[in-house]
Amino acid sequence: MYRIRFHARGGQGIKTASRILGTAFFLEGYEVQDSPRYGAERRGAPIFAYVRASKKIINERGIINKPDLVIVTDDSLLLLPIAGVLLGVTERTVLLIATDETTEVWKKRLNLQGLVLSISTQAAVESHAGLPLLGVACVGAAAQLAGAISKSALEEAIHEQLQPLGKVIVEESLAAAMAAYDQMEPYARCTTEREDPSADSYESPHWIDLPFEDARTSAPYIHAAATTFNVKTGVWRTMRPVIDLKQCNRCALCHIYCPDGVISLDAKGYPQIDYQHCKGCLICLLQCPTHAIDAIPEHGQEGEIS
Amino acid sequence: MTRKLITGNGAAAWGARLARAEYIPAFPITPQTEIIETLAQWIDEGQIDSRMTTLESEHSMITTAGAAATTGVRTFAATSSQGLLYGMEMIYTVAGWRAPFVLVNVSRALSAPVTLEPDHNDVLAARDSGFLQIHCATCQEVLDSVLLAYRLGEDEKVRLPVIVNLDGFYLSFTREPVEIPDDKKVDQFLPPYDPGETRFRAGDPISQGVIVLGGSQYSYFRYETHLASLNALEVFEEASKEFEELFGRSYRAVEEYRTEDAEVIFFMMGSFATKAKDAVDRLRSVGRKVGLLRPRLIRPFPIEAIISAVAGKKGIAVIDQNLSLGKGGILYTELASALYSMTDKPVLVSFIGGLGGRDITREEFYEMVAVTMKAIETGKAPPPRLLYSKEELMQMKGLQSIARVEQRKGRGKR
Repeated sequence: MYRIRFHARGGQGIKTASRILGTAFFLEGYEVQDSPRYGAERRGAPIFAYVRASKKIINERGIINKPDLVIVTDDSLLLLPIAGVLLGVTERTVLLIATDETTEVWKKRLNLQGLVLSISTQAAVESHAGLPLLGVACVGAAAQLAGAISKSALEEAIHEQLQPLGKVIVEESLAAAMAAYDQMEPYARCTTEREDPSADSYESPHWIDLPFEDARTSAPYIHAAATTFNVKTGVWRTMRPVIDLKQCNRCALCHIYCPDGVISLDAKGYPQIDYQHCKGCLICLLQCPTHAIDAIPEHGQEGEIS
Repeated sequence: MTRKLITGNGAAAWGARLARAEYIPAFPITPQTEIIETLAQWIDEGQIDSRMTTLESEHSMITTAGAAATTGVRTFAATSSQGLLYGMEMIYTVAGWRAPFVLVNVSRALSAPVTLEPDHNDVLAARDSGFLQIHCATCQEVLDSVLLAYRLGEDEKVRLPVIVNLDGFYLSFTREPVEIPDDKKVDQFLPPYDPGETRFRAGDPISQGVIVLGGSQYSYFRYETHLASLNALEVFEEASKEFEELFGRSYRAVEEYRTEDAEVIFFMMGSFATKAKDAVDRLRSVGRKVGLLRPRLIRPFPIEAIISAVAGKKGIAVIDQNLSLGKGGILYTELASALYSMTDKPVLVSFIGGLGGRDITREEFYEMVAVTMKAIETGKAPPPRLLYSKEELMQMKGLQSIARVEQRKGRGKR
């Protein structure tokens, strides 16, 4: 069975991407299971999706703990432990990253033993809106890496899944997927179906008897409550991004990358964060080339917001 | 007949479409699902000839569904989790009306605390209402169960509404290959609903909201409804046989998977049962005699089928994806009472797992077999076991330490 996991941020089209890959496997005669997973639907929040494909009936369900291929369309997630990108990644897992850094840098930074491949976000085929089509490019790459999907199946899957969005998007997506498919040709069939370990020996789960704890500890309260008095939408953040304008070189990357459009530029081109609507995803911090953005704990800060 | 990748939500909508549901009352806001969105789109595009009304709550939605069903209109509704609970008053009421319609529930764990992923406490809250309950493990089963549910509920010997249950995320958002049955064949399996003498007409009004005092008449009506529910066991058997002849897929009231010579069996319901199947296959490949028993029908509870399936087994690992607070697993309780009169009962071991969609790993299934084997050897079942690890508790402690910091800050300010 192929077990493939996608990681992205909400709004980047990863659900659609996983469905294109699932459909392509299905067209090639595979049994398929694909599913997105997200919490409160929030643009910019880490989400994941997965695809299982097998020649036999699939009885496994839910999260893929031991993936054969992990696809990351937003490299900032690799530095975010909560995104869980590296969950179950071993030396036999192929990691495909949409990034402009080299794969060597990522291998070293994350201490990875397995094969790391990249799709350049700069070189990616752009949509008519000027955005790189990374999700569908990663699907093209994955199709080649698995080696089980022909170009014609990939093309049919893209048509099937994207047709409602119109001809232009279908054509752009086809171009992006096929370019990545060709780019990955040297690595064809690098992603293999894993042999599962025998049920004869396994690590016992570390079950415990849950101890009683009284309601002061065990009732699900949020102590930092009533934040709607301070912030219109209530505080979503645990950490707050703060910009040191002395270090800022006015490159505007934070303004561009903010998934919620809450970083505006003032008359002089300096970024200003609207804390009423900032959700604390910290993408700005990860993007800032001069490290002018810091993250400070949110608690105790509410009163400072007008 | 075509086979395509659709979600559990899509499969439920296809079930309603093929059943030619004529009327679809819907509460259109969260926690409503894509089932209603899909049907609304089909109506808009003229692909189905149904009427949809949006209501201001699940309470009104279920009232409307029950009222429509008494007029002989084939009615379909869908809800999820808190929505089912919000409509609970009318769940009991419309069952008493003997109004047959299908209500799909997408199971998600209940508040508090709020979560999104599935367990079965929502649908089990409707257990004693008179609604029949069919629980699904795959997207295919969701579609097929909607068709079976109409046959079951509309049968003269039954005349009760039916809940078809599927798990949130694990089925509702998960695409799997599903065979869409041929509509002509479905028409053959499911002719239009004819309530006959019990049809409500505006020109010949009757009252459904009857009051009976003193207990005696009440006992009669309630017990008759109970007997109707029990009749559904036989009707299900007949309907599923016919279904198999027409569509080639077999749905018994209790699914038996590799149980024939099994010593230990898993007993559980819902989509996580396919994970148990996976574990069964792997354990079988190294020579362990294990199997799976999965009740599809929870109401009526197929006691006789269960007794005959567990005869000769040594132990049963009962996995409850629910928790009756202050008692334990509901399925365990149901099974224990069903087997009480049996001689040579298997040992029952109770596991609580998958609450709020918590994963049950393959290794945990292996371990449950090991624990059950030990209980067989010693003849003594261990206390109920929550599937919860040391690592999970450590993570919880980490979160609680953050909460304590917030607590101190909050107290200081006030």
